[in-house]
Amino acid sequence: MKDLIKKLTAVSAPSGFEDEIREVIKKEIEGYCDEIKVDALGNLIAIRHGGGAKIQLAAHMDEIGMIATDIDEKGFIRFSNVGGVSPHRLYGHRVRFTNGVVGTIGSEKIEDIKKLSLDKLFIDIGAKNREEAREKVSIGDCATYLHGFDDLGKRVVAKSMDDRVGCAVLIEAMRRTKECKNEVYCTFTVQEEVGLRGAATSAFGIDPDVGIAIDVTLTGDTPEAERMAVALGKGAAIKVKDQSLIAHPRVKQFLVDLAEKNGVQYQLEVLTAGGTDSGAIHKTRSGVPSGVISIPCRYVHCPSEMVDLDDVEEAVKLVSLVMSTDVSKALS
Amino acid sequence: MKLEQLLVDLTSAPGVSGREQRVTSVLVDFLKTGDAKSWVTEVRTDALGNLIMYKAGSAPNPPRIMFAAHTDEIGLIVTEVKDGFLRFAPVGGVDVRVLLAQEVVVHGKRDIPGIIGAKPPHIQDPDESNESVKIEDMLIDTGLPADELKAQVSVGDFVTIRRELIALRNSTFSGKALDDRAGVLALVECLRRLNGFAHEADVYCVATTQEEVGLRGALVSAFGVEPDVGIAVDVTHGSIPGLAEHEAFDLGKGPVLAVGPQVHPKVLGQLKASAEEAGVSYRIEPSPYPGGTDTYAIQMVREGVPTALVSIPLKYMHTSVETVSIKDIQDTGRLLAQFVMDLDSKFVEGLKCFWKS
Amino acid sequence: MLLEELSNLNGVSGREDEVRSFIYQRVLELADEVRFDALGSLIAVKRPNAPGPVVMLSAHMDEVGLMVTGIDKSGMLRFSPVGSIDQRVLVSKPVVVGKDRIRGVIGSKPIHLQKRDEQKKPIDIESLFIDIGAGSKEDAEKAVKPGDVAAFDTKAGLFGQGCFKGKALDDRVGCAVLLRLLEMDFDFPLYFAFTVQEEIGARGARTAAYHIKPSVALVFEGTSAGDVPDAKEHKISTRLRKGPAITFMDRSVVVNRALFKRLREVAESEGIQYQLRQMTTGGTDAGPISLSHTGVPTGVISVPCRYIHSPVSVLDLQDFEETVRLAAAVLQSIAEKGVPTE
Repeated sequence: MKDLIKKLTAVSAPSGFEDEIREVIKKEIEGYCDEIKVDALGNLIAIRHGGGAKIQLAAHMDEIGMIATDIDEKGFIRFSNVGGVSPHRLYGHRVRFTNGVVGTIGSEKIEDIKKLSLDKLFIDIGAKNREEAREKVSIGDCATYLHGFDDLGKRVVAKSMDDRVGCAVLIEAMRRTKECKNEVYCTFTVQEEVGLRGAATSAFGIDPDVGIAIDVTLTGDTPEAERMAVALGKGAAIKVKDQSLIAHPRVKQFLVDLAEKNGVQYQLEVLTAGGTDSGAIHKTRSGVPSGVISIPCRYVHCPSEMVDLDDVEEAVKLVSLVMSTDVSKALS
Repeated sequence: MKLEQLLVDLTSAPGVSGREQRVTSVLVDFLKTGDAKSWVTEVRTDALGNLIMYKAGSAPNPPRIMFAAHTDEIGLIVTEVKDGFLRFAPVGGVDVRVLLAQEVVVHGKRDIPGIIGAKPPHIQDPDESNESVKIEDMLIDTGLPADELKAQVSVGDFVTIRRELIALRNSTFSGKALDDRAGVLALVECLRRLNGFAHEADVYCVATTQEEVGLRGALVSAFGVEPDVGIAVDVTHGSIPGLAEHEAFDLGKGPVLAVGPQVHPKVLGQLKASAEEAGVSYRIEPSPYPGGTDTYAIQMVREGVPTALVSIPLKYMHTSVETVSIKDIQDTGRLLAQFVMDLDSKFVEGLKCFWKS
Repeated sequence: MLLEELSNLNGVSGREDEVRSFIYQRVLELADEVRFDALGSLIAVKRPNAPGPVVMLSAHMDEVGLMVTGIDKSGMLRFSPVGSIDQRVLVSKPVVVGKDRIRGVIGSKPIHLQKRDEQKKPIDIESLFIDIGAGSKEDAEKAVKPGDVAAFDTKAGLFGQGCFKGKALDDRVGCAVLLRLLEMDFDFPLYFAFTVQEEIGARGARTAAYHIKPSVALVFEGTSAGDVPDAKEHKISTRLRKGPAITFMDRSVVVNRALFKRLREVAESEGIQYQLRQMTTGGTDAGPISLSHTGVPTGVISVPCRYIHSPVSVLDLQDFEETVRLAAAVLQSIAEKGVPTE
């Protein structure tokens, strides 16, 4: 699992620029599904037949990033955000463009750090002037944090755990589940970070009976943290509510019962800000009962996101159980 | 009076956004008893808990009219169970300032009474007492010991404000969740008035869910119903001191019809005509920004729906002493019923005739 | 002159009637079919039954404006904005109210009567009012009512050297592009969507796209040009006289990579000077169109306009002509090579 997470988090693929990560994931799931397709927005949809209810599982492939908007005469690159990037978490960081070019983020002089904003920052790729910069980077090119994967033992840290760890969980669940008792659509979605877009269009096409997203959630277990009951090492989180979704009571109960009956360690989650793909899935067509299985993660949307491998394992178990349990019986 | 009793039953049922089943049950049970049985052809629930109360029309290819009023109320959700107390977050647009010292009901394994408290004033820093208490610093006290609390209440349990409906002068009532149980009651009143009358149109009275958190129920129920006309029945601000004349409406003077981008001019025109026909006085409310009610969601479903918004004036919105006039609810129900009677295929076809505008 | 006529029409979001009627008269001759949807969007279709990809072109008919929310005792009109307007551009401008175009002015306290510190702060919209010259509430009610919309009273026309000024160039210029393209013929079903309510959430585009079910879509907009002295280089976004602006990303859409590439390739092979829209803020009709059904590759091509969302904007007519030329060439490339895929 560590290696899979390392491989996935190493790819730079911000929202709208998911080609590379899609190829990597495709290779990982080949042989573990009956059909693979890619839709108009770039969602990767892998189908496992099993009859019965149609379930859409969704983990998003995209990560937050930066997009180049201007290159000045000295070769400094101005940029805008792709998804929820905060200027306070950018200043001084190393970044990498999807074409491999590395740079660092600098800032105009700031009198009041509270007034720091994206338009006061720039990326320095070490170019001497505009012409030299243009050889390496064009306006419209995208970059992500550069920070690599570090193994801390039981816990691992890397950029883009949101939501590469969710993708890893889904991939591993696909590998472990020998027999599906549902028609399972494993969707590796695009553009979640800019508005749950891939989930909306893929759900419209699939028209599932149940939707379950697999994403990260925040924790409240660091010093003077925003109050939250979720903590690293306490198991997979079963979401009750976030800004985008109030989990369908029967889906939430189904997941809780599944966890309890099978000895999966879980914790209940209420997230006061943020959303997931299920926020889009549940509003599709005439409505889809939906829920979320979350992987607790510290420092979400920072360059170093941290997860606990035991929690990851519990999440894999729970996703696999969803695939191999007849959902229609449980939700009727 | 039956209508008032239903209002009491509807407002006392707890139904925070996403957990409206107990309110929906009140309606289902009501429509199963006595006269009410004949008011509807069929009652069903959809994937997100919307209650669709359907009454068939008489025409061979009937126009479809959808009325929507939301059953959900704003409330709270438990975020932490710690040391014998509960921490919580809002669900929907809660005014945090009205929460302190409020009595609540925690819907855990059973309904548990609680009180919202915070650090008492004499322990606070001097400057703390000049600012409103933040919701993160409030707690719910149930008087239960820590391990008993843990056994009864979990993270993710919902909490409602405890308030019984109070009868005030001039047929007004005050309580929680009148936004939008008053609207739901108007839908029931409409069905009551349509009973025994023939009308061309198929009527879908939808008690929608999750309006307060983003019009979610209306969006999916409208997709399923595919109406030719959609009208949301919600509440608007009632006149109180401190509001400008054009910002609010007196209670007891009839429903308020919105005008603006979310309202199809011909549907509004027909509502006005039906109001005149039924002898219902109404007021007009300019609505420059389309948003904030189920109308906004219904209008953009599939290829678009001609919509309108009818509102019941309500004082002190999103507090536990929301106040409405039962007369306005009755008049709204009367207007909706007349609108149904006046609706025919020709009118519906004309809704896309924009070249005659 | 087409742009002049379009700009002078009033079509505040939700009340696009004047613009819709004007366009309806024009498209009757040119299109095979004309349809309306429930929100009032006008959809003109050429060759609906032709084989080939369904192509959707979109421009919005609505403009930002004001809505009368109340009339006070003295006959002054209180109002709220419809769409996003910088409050600072409102004061001291003429407007026209309602279907009958009742003339009015947005007044406020004269400078002589203001306190020193008042003068430095922008005037709060709550203290602005529209004065139609009425003596009392009853007098005003003879001419206007709450719910009426008001548009800026600006006369459009040629300006400077090769420029054009007028209100609502966002997005009458897009409508003008579509009307010019309607005169041409292509070998696939082509839907021209003149949408409503873009300025208040791209609502007309959503329902129009659901109806049309396109395989590919292009949105034509009037976009902000910040090329004035003192503007920081990296905040200018687009410039006049540098050709049509092609979007790679805005708040509502990350343009499909293959389509973005095709737009630039076509511009280059036709020798059309173009620029990239450098800012990524602002949403357009492309958002809901791109998320319709199972997803639609959607691009945005804009004519740079200075001072959008204010009583008067400026564009360069050559930029407009080049935008039409680019659009036609892109459509031709779709006819020859199909919808771009990676």
